[in-house]
Amino acid sequence: MEFLQPSSWSDALAAKAARPDAVPIAGGTDVMVELNFDRRRPPALLDLTRVGALTEWGYDGDLLRVGAGVSYRRIIDELGGVLPGLAMAARTVGSPQIRNRGTVGGNLGSASPAGDAHPPLLATDALVEVASVRGTRTVPVDEFFTGPKRSVLAPDELIAAFLVAPAAGPQQFAKIGTRNAMVIAVCSFAVALHPATRRVGTGIGSAAPTPLRAHQAEELLAAELPWHSRGSLPAPLVRRFGELVAGAAAPIDDVRGTAAYRRQALAVLARRTLGWAWAQLSASQGEPGGRS
Amino acid sequence: MRITCTVNGERHEADDVWPGESLLHVLRERLALPGAKNACEQGECGSCTVYLDGLPVCACLVAAGQAQGRTVITVEGLPAEVHPGLPAGTGEGLFADAGALDPVQRAFIEAGAVQCGFCTPGLVVAVHDLLARNPRPADPDIREALAGNLCRCTGYEKILEAVRLATGSARVAPAEGAQAGGLPAQRTPPQGPPAGGAE
Ligand SMILES: Cc1cc2nc3c(=O)[nH]c(=O)nc-3n(C[C@H](O)[C@H](O)[C@H](O)COP(=O)(O)OP(=O)(O)OC[C@H]3O[C@@H](n4cnc5c(N)ncnc54)[C@H](O)[C@@H]3O)c2cc1C
Ligand code: FES
Ligand code: FES
Repeated sequence: MEFLQPSSWSDALAAKAARPDAVPIAGGTDVMVELNFDRRRPPALLDLTRVGALTEWGYDGDLLRVGAGVSYRRIIDELGGVLPGLAMAARTVGSPQIRNRGTVGGNLGSASPAGDAHPPLLATDALVEVASVRGTRTVPVDEFFTGPKRSVLAPDELIAAFLVAPAAGPQQFAKIGTRNAMVIAVCSFAVALHPATRRVGTGIGSAAPTPLRAHQAEELLAAELPWHSRGSLPAPLVRRFGELVAGAAAPIDDVRGTAAYRRQALAVLARRTLGWAWAQLSASQGEPGGRS
Repeated sequence: MRITCTVNGERHEADDVWPGESLLHVLRERLALPGAKNACEQGECGSCTVYLDGLPVCACLVAAGQAQGRTVITVEGLPAEVHPGLPAGTGEGLFADAGALDPVQRAFIEAGAVQCGFCTPGLVVAVHDLLARNPRPADPDIREALAGNLCRCTGYEKILEAVRLATGSARVAPAEGAQAGGLPAQRTPPQGPPAGGAE
């Protein structure tokens, strides 16, 4: 097995072009499990941890551009204020040891339907920046996933970063696991409110072949939330929102839960996270620009 | 490939390392540092926890080549570390050889938080890090910080007691019927007998 260790982004792209069969490794929290258990024996590993550019984040115009190699720990510590939904999700990933190494880039790279970074990225209209020696393209995150553990990444492409607007309203994330810590999601849900534009973003995890948005549920809330008064949420609206979220999912029965349970749980998560986010928005009334 | 890194303050070299090999394997099998334990090799048990460039990580999930040129501290190297989080003299005078132990290690022994001891090295590193970041953690902080470390023996109450002891905030006696509900007591244990074995 070869071990490729580029120290610059251009070298990394050149290496991936020359060895499309090389498996990128960032935090290693998915890749090493496969190697340790002999599930994978790639001809080459492409270590991305020496590429400094991947661990940087900053503003690109109005958007935040966060390098693929920024760890969950840094998302929580450094970006919690501007990306609260993603930071909440990051805090549920594995353990401190896993969060010290694991990255959003690796989560996208694995493209697991259960990846915890995915619902908040979906809810906030994030873009995935992918690059190769042929050039750079940005893919809306809801077009990034093509199936369980499959994405639009070409064999010579690497994920450079994700781009997302800093929160302009409340964001929430909730996850059901078989216990409190160190679990892969049975299902998960993220919601983001954009009060200035009266839009709502959603993201569903672990309840379909890919992470996905609940478009009808988003449209319902955009049209019917009491945006102006920010008064209490009408119960029928909340219930209908839960139903539409559950309806958008396409869950399966597996060892972690049945499809029926997942649908039921998603409706509950959707109602709860909406309630929390709306309470935040109501509480922020009077502050200039709301809680932005 | 050849791996050179600083482990516990000393430069170490290992030759003929297979690139897909884990840092844990390099430490245990090539550098004769068996403190970090191998129980699951999938990041679930935390018994292989070491500091890598100052952050606790599962050594089983770091590819050997990723540690090239980096700084590793294992449980064997902790007593030499200056500990910012602990009050001076914690646990001193308990044992004749106490000088060779980190205060966290001493607290584990004093609290009876060591039974078979297999999880202890990983827990000690995780607690060491917790106290460096937060010298006075509340119980929920302790539970969150230790969520990645499995113990099959203690039921976790003694481990919580050890952390409280290390911070100087131990209760005289643990509360009657105290629960360790937030820690992974119910988790499926690591498969089979621990590979490599405790020495
Ligand atoms: C004990 C344990 C608990 C876990 N708990 C959770 C959890 O709660 N929630 C969750 O979502 N995940 C969890 N995971 C899975 C894992 O931690 C995450 O998927 C993490 O985000 C992977 O990031 P990484 O940097 O470690 O990726 P790596 O393992 O380095 O890589 C993962 C995949 O992405 C590819 N890749 C990495 N970087 C790039 C890049 N820049 N461009 C292209 N491809 C790339 C790799 O080739 C590989 O296919 C857990 C894992 C373990 C071991
Ligand atoms: S051996 Fe590394 S976490 Fe279990
Ligand atoms: S003391 Fe035996 S596993 Fe913890």
